[in-house]
Amino acid sequence: MNAPTKPIEAFLDREYPAGFVTALEADALPKGLSEDVIRRISEKKGEPEWLLEWRLESYRRWLTMTPPGWAQVSFPPIDYQDIVYYSAPRRKADAPKSLDEVDPELLRTYEKLGVPLHERARLAGVAVDAVFDSVSVATTFKKQLGEHGIVFCSFSEAVKEHPELVRQYLGTVVPQGDNFYAALNSAVFSDGSFVYIPKGVRCPMDLSTYFRINARDTGQFERTLIIADEGATVSYLEGCTAPMRDENQLHAAVVELVALEGAHIKYSTVQNWYPGDKDGKGGIYNFVTKRGDCRGARSHISWTQVETGSAITWKYPSVLLRGDDSVGEFYSVALTNHRQQADTGSKMIHFGRNTKSTIISKGISAGHGSNTFRGLVKVTPKALGARNYTQCDSLLIGGQCAAHTFPTIEVRHPSARVEHEATTSRIGEDQLFYAMQRGLTAEDAVSMIVSGFCKEVFKELPMEFAVEAQKLLGVSLEGSVG
Amino acid sequence: MLDIRNLHASVDGKPILRGLDLHVGTGEVHAIMGPNGSGKSTLAQVLAGRDSFTVDDGSVSWDGVDLLAMPTEERARAGLFLAFQYPVEIPGVSNAYFLKAAVNAVRRHRGEPEYDAMDFLKRVKAEMKAVDMREEFLYRSVNEGFSGGEKKRNEVLQMALLEPRLAVLDETDSGLDIDALRTVADGVNRLRSPERSMIVITHYQRLLDYIVPDQVHVLSHGRIVRSGGRELAHELEERGYGWIDEAQATLAQGAAS
Repeated sequence: MNAPTKPIEAFLDREYPAGFVTALEADALPKGLSEDVIRRISEKKGEPEWLLEWRLESYRRWLTMTPPGWAQVSFPPIDYQDIVYYSAPRRKADAPKSLDEVDPELLRTYEKLGVPLHERARLAGVAVDAVFDSVSVATTFKKQLGEHGIVFCSFSEAVKEHPELVRQYLGTVVPQGDNFYAALNSAVFSDGSFVYIPKGVRCPMDLSTYFRINARDTGQFERTLIIADEGATVSYLEGCTAPMRDENQLHAAVVELVALEGAHIKYSTVQNWYPGDKDGKGGIYNFVTKRGDCRGARSHISWTQVETGSAITWKYPSVLLRGDDSVGEFYSVALTNHRQQADTGSKMIHFGRNTKSTIISKGISAGHGSNTFRGLVKVTPKALGARNYTQCDSLLIGGQCAAHTFPTIEVRHPSARVEHEATTSRIGEDQLFYAMQRGLTAEDAVSMIVSGFCKEVFKELPMEFAVEAQKLLGVSLEGSVG
Repeated sequence: MLDIRNLHASVDGKPILRGLDLHVGTGEVHAIMGPNGSGKSTLAQVLAGRDSFTVDDGSVSWDGVDLLAMPTEERARAGLFLAFQYPVEIPGVSNAYFLKAAVNAVRRHRGEPEYDAMDFLKRVKAEMKAVDMREEFLYRSVNEGFSGGEKKRNEVLQMALLEPRLAVLDETDSGLDIDALRTVADGVNRLRSPERSMIVITHYQRLLDYIVPDQVHVLSHGRIVRSGGRELAHELEERGYGWIDEAQATLAQGAAS
């Protein structure tokens, strides 16, 4: 087919707008990883002994492990001794007590990224935790949330203020030795967000974490833990950017969600890490383990992700459906352009009775991008009446890109109902011409077609994020009518 | 007014239009008839600016402006509308969103204020009534799962909303039963006006019983070979396209000897 390449290429060649570097003095450890480095990270954070031991145990496990080789991605081996495992913006005294004490340069960085941290500047009423390199620099709306008994703070602070909660839940969803990158994270994680919603509380605002990698040669290893107690409800948003650098940077995060009986957690991600340049130079390696545990009956965990950045994405947000009648959902848009590679998907593991899961995946490949969906739906022998619906669609733009689908289905109970649908389509020259004949520019036409393709996922995002996601895909907001 | 001179166009190196001349005055309706492969649809697509066709020679002047120099979307905004023979499906994009984006693109170009959601809905619902379309079609994806007749109605609806100066209808009658044909033709007739020119491309005379043209042209091998009043359409209906080709062949021989 004659590819309608020119307008599409122009559309795809947009600049990465978040690629600037903030000039800040950093307090960093030297490159390299050893038990000594881990001790120093733990010491810098003033951690209790049990946590240091937990880290060291993870490290020892990690030493025995090898990186996973099964993903449909290729990159040269990573030298784990050539990475800085801890970098924090240097500050005068201890942690800032209020936003007024945060380095104004940092505040400006977040303003520039469209994440104003000043509470009075927040119109939408979203509480934000900002993580810069290895540490959390600011958390907004803490007081208001505290009135409901909600804990929303940096992980380090949670270790100090709520050690019993951290100790009770840390590593119970993603065990230390779960996989190579999770083990690495468990050893060296620096900061992240912590959320606890007490029994029966409906969190009055969306909670959000904004991750920023700034320093050179630095890995970001954040750890997020969200616990929704019985009957609690929370919607959590996560955004990420990084400067443009020629070297690859590693981001190996772990996110654990725990939903107790009747709890509801909605976790949304707009991931826009620096993807590298057109020829595949630089960019973030985004090797992330995200898992939710529907621990109680009638609990509900929903993952929504829009992945447009990173040189390589390796990420499978999953749900363990342990409680009876629990529900797991995964909605994903993954865009790969130029030399980007994404191997992403979800795992839904059904343990409880009458558990339900849904996987909707939309992969968009352009340029030389490679996009792989990898899914596992597992119905264990006790999961009477389990149901899954999986839909996995690929959209190809141009003739050099690739899309792959690897669904795995394991059913051990005869009452299970598992459905899988997959489609592959291409932005047609005829669609573009049709839209342009009605007066739309090629760019608007591509945006509209892509947006239409992603609609089922975008409608799952909180309003504010949906706008952001569509902008990221170069899309003007649809839906003011119809 | 539209003035096409000596238009040559090809696709993948294969010539299709070979020296086409056509003049359409403002407010006139011209029918283009011809057998399959004569270049009817190519003419429509070239006028609309589809880039898979190459213009090799000739000129098209539209109210004094060089039409061929304009990008596709500029032609559309300036008031050229093509009703597609095979309207394209766009999954996930609601018809309402698509129509509003198109109408506002044209309105911006004309320096008119854009419609907000309320104004637009009012306008579009009124126009839908005229082409006998149910409101649910606003909220369905563009042309997705529409029947042949519904797609053509949707084209006429867009034409009504966009208020073009020049409308090209490419085999709008194909695949329509008689009732749908009548509805579509009524819709088109309502849009006839002294400021609006139309080129109605059709294979069959039948459509011209409903949309009565000012002139009829016969296209064969990429050229207009006969022009006349509406009686020419009836002649074609009776005698088929064969005699045109024969007459052409005789003519060509005469010219050669």
